[in-house]
Amino acid sequence: MPDDKLDLLQGTLDLMVLQTLDSMGSQHGYGIARRIEQVSGDLLILNQGTIYASLVRLQQNRSISASWGVSENNRRAKFYSITKTGQKKLARQAENWGRLSAVIGRFFRPASEGAPE
Amino acid sequence: MIALFARLFAAFRKKDLDREFRDELASHVELLTEENRRAGMPEAEARRMAIVKIGGLDAARDMHRDARGLPAFDNLLQDLRYTLRMLRKDAGFTMFAVLIVGLGIGASTTIFSVVNTLLLRPLPFRDPGNLVWIANSGSDLSGQTTQVRYMLDLQRHSQSFSGIAGYMAFYGVGDNKLTGDGPPERLNGVQVSRNFFSLLGVQPALGRTFTAEECKWNGPNATMLSHGLWERRFSSDPNIVGKKLILNDRPVTIVGVLPASFDFGSVFAPGTRVDLYGPFPLVKETDRWGNTMAMIGRLAPGANIRSAEAEATVLAKLAEDADKNGNGFKPRMSMLSAHVSGRIRTALLVLACAVGVVMLIVCANLSNLLLARTATRQKEIAIRAALGAGRWRLVRQMLTESVVLSLLGGILGLILAFLGTASLARLQGLSIPLLEEVHVDPAALGFTLLAAIFTGLVFGLVPALHVPGMTLHDSLKETGRGTSEGRGRAWVRKALVVSEVALASVLLVGAGLLIRSFVRVMDVNLGFQPERAATLRVDPDSRYSTQAMQNAYYGDVLRRVRDIPGVQGAGLTDALPLGRNRTWGAPAEGHVYTNDNFPFAFPRIVSDGYLHAMGIPLKAGRDFTERDTPESEPVIIVNETMAGALWPGENALGKRLLGISSDKPRRVVGIVGDVRHLALEKGSGNEMYIPIRQTRDIPSVDMVVRATLPLPALASAVREALRPLDPNLPAKEFRPLETLVDRAVSPRRFTMILLGGFAAFALILASLGIYAVISYSVSQRTQEIGIRMALGATTGELQRGIVLQTLILAGVGILGGVLGSWMLARAIRSLLFGVTSNDPVTFLIMLAVLTLVAAVAGYLPARRASRIDPVAALRAA
Repeated sequence: MPDDKLDLLQGTLDLMVLQTLDSMGSQHGYGIARRIEQVSGDLLILNQGTIYASLVRLQQNRSISASWGVSENNRRAKFYSITKTGQKKLARQAENWGRLSAVIGRFFRPASEGAPE
Repeated sequence: MIALFARLFAAFRKKDLDREFRDELASHVELLTEENRRAGMPEAEARRMAIVKIGGLDAARDMHRDARGLPAFDNLLQDLRYTLRMLRKDAGFTMFAVLIVGLGIGASTTIFSVVNTLLLRPLPFRDPGNLVWIANSGSDLSGQTTQVRYMLDLQRHSQSFSGIAGYMAFYGVGDNKLTGDGPPERLNGVQVSRNFFSLLGVQPALGRTFTAEECKWNGPNATMLSHGLWERRFSSDPNIVGKKLILNDRPVTIVGVLPASFDFGSVFAPGTRVDLYGPFPLVKETDRWGNTMAMIGRLAPGANIRSAEAEATVLAKLAEDADKNGNGFKPRMSMLSAHVSGRIRTALLVLACAVGVVMLIVCANLSNLLLARTATRQKEIAIRAALGAGRWRLVRQMLTESVVLSLLGGILGLILAFLGTASLARLQGLSIPLLEEVHVDPAALGFTLLAAIFTGLVFGLVPALHVPGMTLHDSLKETGRGTSEGRGRAWVRKALVVSEVALASVLLVGAGLLIRSFVRVMDVNLGFQPERAATLRVDPDSRYSTQAMQNAYYGDVLRRVRDIPGVQGAGLTDALPLGRNRTWGAPAEGHVYTNDNFPFAFPRIVSDGYLHAMGIPLKAGRDFTERDTPESEPVIIVNETMAGALWPGENALGKRLLGISSDKPRRVVGIVGDVRHLALEKGSGNEMYIPIRQTRDIPSVDMVVRATLPLPALASAVREALRPLDPNLPAKEFRPLETLVDRAVSPRRFTMILLGGFAAFALILASLGIYAVISYSVSQRTQEIGIRMALGATTGELQRGIVLQTLILAGVGILGGVLGSWMLARAIRSLLFGVTSNDPVTFLIMLAVLTLVAAVAGYLPARRASRIDPVAALRAA
């Protein structure tokens, strides 16, 4: 496995799936997986099977809904779309995530930036 | 929460969801393949890479399942399915396991129900925790009861009690003859103080309790019916209150009916049935009767039993000092619940422990069986491990099996417990309190469930923990035969058998000691012969109003009964042995006594022929005759103990006693053997017999008839003979004298039979355990035995070796058991009679029985081993 690829941080996959559905609208599993890989610039190692576990979790807490439809290659596929609850959750978590990453980032910046003695 | 429901829901729709997911995944694979193909991969490679990208189809499915369902629950269902399949496949094992768990749990639940009713559950009264039994440990033998004056004094002055009630302790069986509509019948009535029911918090089901007027001396006659009598005799007549009964030839108004939940007998007089209640006046007339009251107090808020007793002691002292004519009162208080269960408490605790020991043996036995089964299932387990089952998962599978087994056993046990408690509650005349109340209640159901799960875990744990220890590699390599069992497991199995034997020997010793005590008790010289004798109440009715008429009636009754062919003797008495208890002062003429050595004796008022009918031996002097009348000299017969106590070193015959139901002294005309009057286990005190024709202090008249006739024939012959005297003679009440003895030993018999049953069960289990271990080790060593035989070992040598191995196991167990038994025997010392707690005979018998059983259990596999064909055994390798 190449060293420059990143492992997925625990709990972040659900967030990525939600964000993908929010920005792209209704999608099937393959589409979501593809999109996440594209956005990450193929830096993330994504075991595409794990997408489905994430989708089940999100469905169970009512963040997304699912319905059967037909895919671009004319196969039956399940399409997922984000719900109102999901959008709220996403907004909240995105904000959390932003704050957290800012804090983490500050930690690793050079010490001169005002860290106390 | 919603998510949990969704998961639970998903767990039950597994198939549908799996199919859906397969479709979804298939289209995903299709899309990925297409992408790969566009990237220039060949068809097969494109597909393969697609699946790799997903991380494997099965893995994706499992992840999906875990995420959507309840993985633990899912696994449990799977374990259960697998377990049921295994148990069905091995039906013999399953049945055996379920049977022994069922027997064990059945016994435990039954005993639990009894213990729960008698020791744990509060008495069926309001706030039973405040109720106190107030006994009088005063100077005389009648012990418990108190004179009315002290009761009144306590009621008036005690600050510790919010109320004190009592009942007249000296009521007799069949004191009340009911006539009028329907067949005449003798009923058991108890007289209670006015506040008796209100103090206990018992509300009448119909009508009211007694009024102050009814509780006066010679007040209006009133009675309350027990629920049982009301149902039985008056077919639950809702308008019964206000009607009149004819009791002892007097009209008595029914003022109330007690609720079904109130059973006087089961709490205060185990084994007796009380039909009616009457008011007991607390007045100077009843005070004169002496120590009559059994007292119950309700503690006032904030008071405790010790301070109440101290206060009562001071009050009693003051009352005694104020009036020296009283009988004295030394209050001894105990909680009513402790008083009620006191007599049987030790026995119950012993039974509860015994049943616990039985359960341990059951567990040890099943552990052993499961261990043997695990050994034969090694390969199956190894394959499951190889296919990816985690160790914890395997352990859980084994535990699921054992818990399912024991739950099945629990169901069987529950059925047995229902039968067991029902038959216990139906046992009539057993003098064990509250026994009729015993049934399987929700607490017992909970107990059973817990017991079953716990049992399953306990007996499953050892085998289950062995599973991870089995290394995959070795198990798969082992061919299932040829290699000896690992040392570790053999050790565990032997330890289990040793503990089984040890526990069984503890139970055997316990049961042995109780059985030997019982035999000793039954061997006690009662002083009378209960065989072939029966009793019947024959009180003269109100038509015989003068003493002369009554004496004529007695003579008439005796003559008519003695004339019946087959009757060898008949006599009258007011107090049958092993029944009621009272004492009178009995000072000898010409002696001076202090308060400390004033003699008391147990009085019995009897007719001529009573001694003969009872089989009480006359040692010196004469029996009474019809000529001992009010006009002749007052006479008395004493027992040997009393003769020795009052006139040590002198001949009691011709000496005189003062103040015994007569103004004139009574001359001793006979000396008779001692009779066990209070209990079989208690020696006799002073006893004296007063001729029935010379006294009017006769509370009741029982006739004792000794006859060669069978009881039914005797009963009808007697009824026929007495018809001219009393056409209303209740006929049902003919009781063989032996039932008195049976009743007196019933708690002892009850404990003995139960403990004996447990011990027998334990013995069977232990012998099965030994057999299983030895026979397993023989089958494991088939080849070794074959080689030995081929090398010239004889059958005898082989058998001796195996039997010796068995006996060593049993010996170690017995050694441990002797220690345990010794401790148990000390704990049950109070239940023993005539044997010491380290009775060598019992211990030796236990040793012999267990050794014999072990030898047989070892010999059977040994014989099988010696029949092994060496050629076949070696070829099988």
